[in-house]
Amino acid sequence: MVPYIPHTESDRNRMLQAIGVDSIDQLFDTIPPKLRYKGLLPINEGLSEHEVIRLLQEMLKKNILGTSYLGMGSYDRIIPPTVSQLASHPTFVSAYTPYQPEISQGLLQAMFEYQSMISELTGLEISNASLYDGHTACSEAGAIMISSKRKSTTLLVSETLHPFSLSVLNTWALGTEVTLVIIPETERHTSVNTMIDSLSEEVAGVIVQSPNRYGVVENYTSLSEAVHQNKSLLTISSDPLSLLLQKTPSQWGADIAVGDTQPLGLPSAFGGPSCGYIAVSKRLMRSIPGRVVGLSTDIEGNRAYTLTLQAREQHIRRERATSNICSNQALAAITTAIHIALVGPEGLTDAATQSYDKAHYLHEQLSHITSLRVDTKSPFWCEFPLFFESKAQLDHAVSFLQHKGIYAGVRLGSLTTKKEDEATLIVAVTEKRSKEELDIYVRYMREALA
Amino acid sequence: MNTPLLIEQSVKGRRGYYYPKTDVPSYPPLPANLQRESAPQLPEISELDVVRHYTRLATKSFGVDIGFYPLGSCTMKYNPRLHSYITSWDSLTEVHPLQDESTIQGSLELLYNLTKDLSSITGMSWGTMQPLAGAHGEYTGLKIIKAYHQSRNDHKRTKVLIPVSAHGTNPATASVTGFSIVEVATDTRGLVDLESLKSLLDDEVAAIMLTNPNTLGLFESDIREIAHLVHGCGAQLYYDGANLNAIMGISRPGDMGFDVIHLNVHKTLSTPHGGGGPGAGPVLVKEHLQPFLPTPDITHNDGYYSFEWDRIQSIGKVSGFWGNFLVLVKAYTYILTMGSDGLKSASEHAVLNANYLFTLLKGAFDVPHESRCMHEFVVSAQHYKEKYGVKALDFSKALLDRNYHPPTMYFPLNVSEALMFEPPESESVEVLEEFASTMIELTELAKTNADVLRLSPHSTAVKRLDEVKAAKHPILTWREL
Amino acid sequence: MSNIPVELKYSKEHEWVRVEGDRVVVGITDYAQDSLGEIVYVELPPVGEHYKADEEIATVESVKSASPIFNPVAGVVAEVNEELDGSPELINEDSYENYLYILSDVDLNEIDQLLDSDGYAQYIATLD
Repeated sequence: MVPYIPHTESDRNRMLQAIGVDSIDQLFDTIPPKLRYKGLLPINEGLSEHEVIRLLQEMLKKNILGTSYLGMGSYDRIIPPTVSQLASHPTFVSAYTPYQPEISQGLLQAMFEYQSMISELTGLEISNASLYDGHTACSEAGAIMISSKRKSTTLLVSETLHPFSLSVLNTWALGTEVTLVIIPETERHTSVNTMIDSLSEEVAGVIVQSPNRYGVVENYTSLSEAVHQNKSLLTISSDPLSLLLQKTPSQWGADIAVGDTQPLGLPSAFGGPSCGYIAVSKRLMRSIPGRVVGLSTDIEGNRAYTLTLQAREQHIRRERATSNICSNQALAAITTAIHIALVGPEGLTDAATQSYDKAHYLHEQLSHITSLRVDTKSPFWCEFPLFFESKAQLDHAVSFLQHKGIYAGVRLGSLTTKKEDEATLIVAVTEKRSKEELDIYVRYMREALA
Repeated sequence: MNTPLLIEQSVKGRRGYYYPKTDVPSYPPLPANLQRESAPQLPEISELDVVRHYTRLATKSFGVDIGFYPLGSCTMKYNPRLHSYITSWDSLTEVHPLQDESTIQGSLELLYNLTKDLSSITGMSWGTMQPLAGAHGEYTGLKIIKAYHQSRNDHKRTKVLIPVSAHGTNPATASVTGFSIVEVATDTRGLVDLESLKSLLDDEVAAIMLTNPNTLGLFESDIREIAHLVHGCGAQLYYDGANLNAIMGISRPGDMGFDVIHLNVHKTLSTPHGGGGPGAGPVLVKEHLQPFLPTPDITHNDGYYSFEWDRIQSIGKVSGFWGNFLVLVKAYTYILTMGSDGLKSASEHAVLNANYLFTLLKGAFDVPHESRCMHEFVVSAQHYKEKYGVKALDFSKALLDRNYHPPTMYFPLNVSEALMFEPPESESVEVLEEFASTMIELTELAKTNADVLRLSPHSTAVKRLDEVKAAKHPILTWREL
Repeated sequence: MSNIPVELKYSKEHEWVRVEGDRVVVGITDYAQDSLGEIVYVELPPVGEHYKADEEIATVESVKSASPIFNPVAGVVAEVNEELDGSPELINEDSYENYLYILSDVDLNEIDQLLDSDGYAQYIATLD
């Protein structure tokens, strides 16, 4: 007997008889014999649950955990156990997309609340029920901006975006009419003036990120004004937790806000699943991709939630859809909403502020080590670059700390091709790190560089 | 029974959770002109209220864990509880995607093995686990096809052929990736019309997107001929893996002649639907398309696993990191559990279930095709609409009162008042028989008391919704900013 | 039975056209509004923009569908029907009274290529 399949021999016989065939094999007789696979697939024979657990435990012993200062889009933050417990309720987990609202009010309300929370964090009126991740969200924003301006297919993109966001945007533009113009950075900041000077009639939109790939909190003064004067749109990508402290996309005059909600309730988990968010200004409401939950009433006048604005979606627009998204990251979005509900605005501000203070503490302590350089001018939140004298020195230090159980940071050179990034380490500090851990980091770094 | 919104339960000063007190000094904050100007209005709630809120919401939802979910083309099979146990392990959740390779050998091995297994199951050479959903897999696959043609300096290929019965993501994906769509007709058998296909094939066709079995639940028995014709004009064949549950271990898309395929692990490989995701859409390709796969690839040398970044012809990245990892772990666990014998048995029983349910229901409905089906089938409620004013929608809503999730409605587009059923192999014969007798009851009710169906559901938390109001005056947040 | 006023011209994409001096008024036919069901939103083109014939110029949305409107004759958008902003259902009430937009700078020769009321009636008979 095979697990999860309840049929007995007697069940099968009864069914075959009713259908009018002699064997299950006959049910496949519309498949030409040449296409019938002979024998069994060349994969493992089925294992018992217990054996599966043991096999995986053995395999995963080769994953080595450590104290993490790794960031660049995925962060080791404190997640209350209550969050995953509530998110793993069977009717959230084993549910399909709530196309039948009458029996899905719970799921729909949870998504509606998530949308509202994203709206509050970003300051933009309309949010959807999630996209795949923060990087693909950039290309969805690009699609909105291009469809909003007739005959304009160029996007200006800051070089300070996460390298993977740039890569995803590049792939998205490949083979289409979209032209991406990367505006080079100025000392780890977006060159706002160059960007403004590059605006032209073909430019449909601009994409920037704050905090950027170097952790720098950027200044977008006069950017949105210039962008709007050019009849284009502005997208700002942000870590959602940073929005408790830094100016929101709405406050910068942005039309679209995107990012990834992993820092809010989702584990790092080797990169996924995370959850992309997108919020837009009211006038772009009908251009937002993906699923959207709205409030209405039923025929008896009761408050009721439902998927709405479906006329924009792939299953209706088909070849005229501007996005092909179908499944999104619903359960991950609900997990984020649960996290936000549990820790509340005070808790979020606390986590954001602790991340800020702890990162600045580590930054200050490291600045005393003579063979290291830090940026003392750029404002940052919880992530900052550490400049070594050479790649060799960086590799040595990272390796040294790794042997002590510390993941010191992300080698920027492993994500970009810029020569100057080879000796740069991006260090992320979250509320999860204690002063003791931070002091140990500094001590070992000193030892490594001695 | 209305559950108040979180914001309606908010009380100033109330708090659910406390972080450890900070043990570092306070630093001067961000410069004033970079600071957030006003606090977000997020709910302030106690932990118990949060727990009650979400527990109540969970009781107002329906899942496979509660009841039968015969949604056609969705493969709502049981999501083994083993999977959520395994994906709670620290050795999986506490690993950062950018950790040094030597410290992530377990996760890399898992992804490598999964890629290998999926290649074997589908008859393809290699693949990528990066796409984060089925539609994302389609996107990746079409990008690969475009890159392939361009590498051969063949820049004329701007069209993608798609049957009119295809899932909406197919034409949407073709459009998003810069192709134009040409529709292929189906014939009276319900299969791709070969004459129509021949007339459409030329040197401007980049690819054809098909699923097999198709969306009517029928096996495209001419597929080898189709592959021959499509390849003959220089185009590629794309396989939408949504219906793979019908043929695991029985037939392989690679052997049928497909060049690139995507799988929906949240359908075929039992990972949970989660209310709409996260799923995953791994893409597998034949050897000639391997160089175009997204970067990085995962390679294996003498027991050591690495990322391979140096890939000039690659289409680049399609998502941030390496895929929806925890979802992929569930798919891998499922393959380990089922194995070669179990996967074949799953497909055999899926097709058995569908044919049995079809046998029980076909007397009561119009059927577009008399022939046996594979893992899903379509019936039409057209007769009830014409004679009694009872539509496919009304049958579906009436099922809600009887604790069933309805089948897929109004798809595929070329069948009127369509109802598409897919009873996966995890459902027992008793479940099918009870469901069938409920459906028959409803058809009787349609004849004698149509209003009961037209006004249903009667016993659910809310009744039929005013969808027009929701679309006309959308309210998408709890407060207008 | 679909209402098809004799004095108008029609396109195969179910738009009607009325010539008013040197301007042309465009809307969707009774057949179209009936097929769409209750209209919830209309996306109209920006005033001042030029559109060719057969170019997608507007969208009419119902709950379950979004139909593109293809401009029947080339011209510049002179006016759009702003009443549709708050009350898109006016099109369902009377799709000839409630137009979508008005074009100026139109090549009136292109109008001759459109169907007359009989031609359109025959055409929609083939669709059902």
